[in-house]
Amino acid sequence: MSKLLQVENLVKNFGGLTAVSNVSMHLDNNELVALIGPNGAGKTTLFNLLTGVIPASSGSIVLSGENGTYPLNGKPAYKIADMGLSRTFQNIRLFKNLSVLDNVLIAMTSKFKEGFIPTIFRFPSYYKTEARLVAEAKKLLAIFELTDDVDVLAKNLPYGTQRRLEIVRALATKPQILFLDEPAAGMNPEETANLTQLILKVQHSFHITILLIEHDMSLVMNLAQRIYVLDHGSLLAQGTPDEIQANPAVIKAYLGEEA
Amino acid sequence: MKANFKYNLVWLIIMVAGFYLMNTLILVGVIDSFIENMLVTIGINIILATGLNLIIGFAGQFSLGHAGFMAIGAYATAIVTQTASTPGGFYASIFIGIVISIVAALIVGVPTLRLRGDYLAIATMGASEIIRILINNMKITGGAAGMFNIPQFADWPTVYIMVCVTTIIIVNFIHSRAGRAVKSVREDEIAAEAMGINVTKWKLAAFVLGASTAAVAGSLHASYLQTIAPNDFGIMESISILIIVVLGGVGSITGTFVAAVVLGVLDTVLQNFGALRMVIYAAALILIMIFKPSGLLGTWELSIKKIFSRSKRKERVES
Repeated sequence: MSKLLQVENLVKNFGGLTAVSNVSMHLDNNELVALIGPNGAGKTTLFNLLTGVIPASSGSIVLSGENGTYPLNGKPAYKIADMGLSRTFQNIRLFKNLSVLDNVLIAMTSKFKEGFIPTIFRFPSYYKTEARLVAEAKKLLAIFELTDDVDVLAKNLPYGTQRRLEIVRALATKPQILFLDEPAAGMNPEETANLTQLILKVQHSFHITILLIEHDMSLVMNLAQRIYVLDHGSLLAQGTPDEIQANPAVIKAYLGEEA
Repeated sequence: MKANFKYNLVWLIIMVAGFYLMNTLILVGVIDSFIENMLVTIGINIILATGLNLIIGFAGQFSLGHAGFMAIGAYATAIVTQTASTPGGFYASIFIGIVISIVAALIVGVPTLRLRGDYLAIATMGASEIIRILINNMKITGGAAGMFNIPQFADWPTVYIMVCVTTIIIVNFIHSRAGRAVKSVREDEIAAEAMGINVTKWKLAAFVLGASTAAVAGSLHASYLQTIAPNDFGIMESISILIIVVLGGVGSITGTFVAAVVLGVLDTVLQNFGALRMVIYAAALILIMIFKPSGLLGTWELSIKKIFSRSKRKERVES
């Protein structure tokens, strides 16, 4: 298997605080990997580094594409998104005052180019591109059963649906790798079960790699093929769900030492 | 595609009908030169305010420097048409004003658009003051005394057509891929960037487009009034444009039209009240802000498409 994303010795310092220290990890094609760790372990910071929201202090992130490898560190977030790394956010960051359809269309902006003059003067080519865009967005929304809500403002959706829309929006950028930051946060067990099915469906029907931050262990253990455990900014353990569950260091980090 | 053609045709008919309505009213004598003057001022304010609404309401960037870009257009027209006093010279001067204001907007925008909220407002205000003070101290612009006897090429039909053209450009920009990108920047910059939107580029695009329409308004202003001075383009002008935007509804182009007309008429009517004028004007603003804080129309837009689909739905229900 080829390593789709290779991260080497990634470090992030905030002043004197090292939020992420010497993290090395990799993601393979069409793999579902979970990233777990206690609160404040640096999981979201690691996500932010990988997706370019904040720059890394040192280390390298390399994406392997069809025609060679691309270093991602130092690239602005929108370029990283263009190269196929998409994400959702821990605290939902939808475009609240825009419709569900617009939320998805915005994610497609960089994939469908249309010139300034044809747009301003409404050339037939503009309408054609727009119709194609809308058709594609609606197709995607239909897969996630959001067809009835296309004209609803994102802020008026129920919480669970907002989370679902965030995944749809991330998928609209046509990612190779999808980063999900606590997708099950605030969901009840039934919703979490539905979400588990949804994530599996996404992985299989879109053939993408998923890296997932989650505190809900039932979800993690059901879904993940591999797990990385982060504690105090550094990698504590990695392996299959069974290996992680039996790892004494992980148990110690979560439950503390035996008295 | 036929449906789109239909909507565009309706808008075209409305614009042509409006033109002929004004033409007839002037011929009949209902609109005298006093009212015509008011209507032209309203038209120029509409151009200015739609541009500013694009920047503030849609891109979410609080700019207080709109008068600076207006000044660039005004002085471009004043200087060019005094040497080349032909309609061709006038249109060339509009073009020159647009080009200079685009350059100025890029110079101002690249460093300042990183700022947010009040900081951006102060920075853009400062930039527009710099433009005004430069004009104040240059020989070619006539210094503090300003310029007069500018040949008049902008009559009401020119202004009317320019209002239509700039509005079409801005509205089409907003209702497109570009407009969605700009609105996503307003909603959430981090999320927009994570979705592949080049935030800086789209902020600049909205800012530059708004600035270039302001230059057009400035050109019309100079050519219609025939006299300009640097003090016409101070901070108060920027604020009065802002008032139109806020009053009409931040994020509603229809609201901007309504507010420009309401304030234009109010201003003209109140001229009979002398010193009381500013008091009543201010009171009216305060009242509207108390009872309708989101502006007269909020973010509501007049849409032929919606009207059509609504009447269609009604037909279906009735049949």
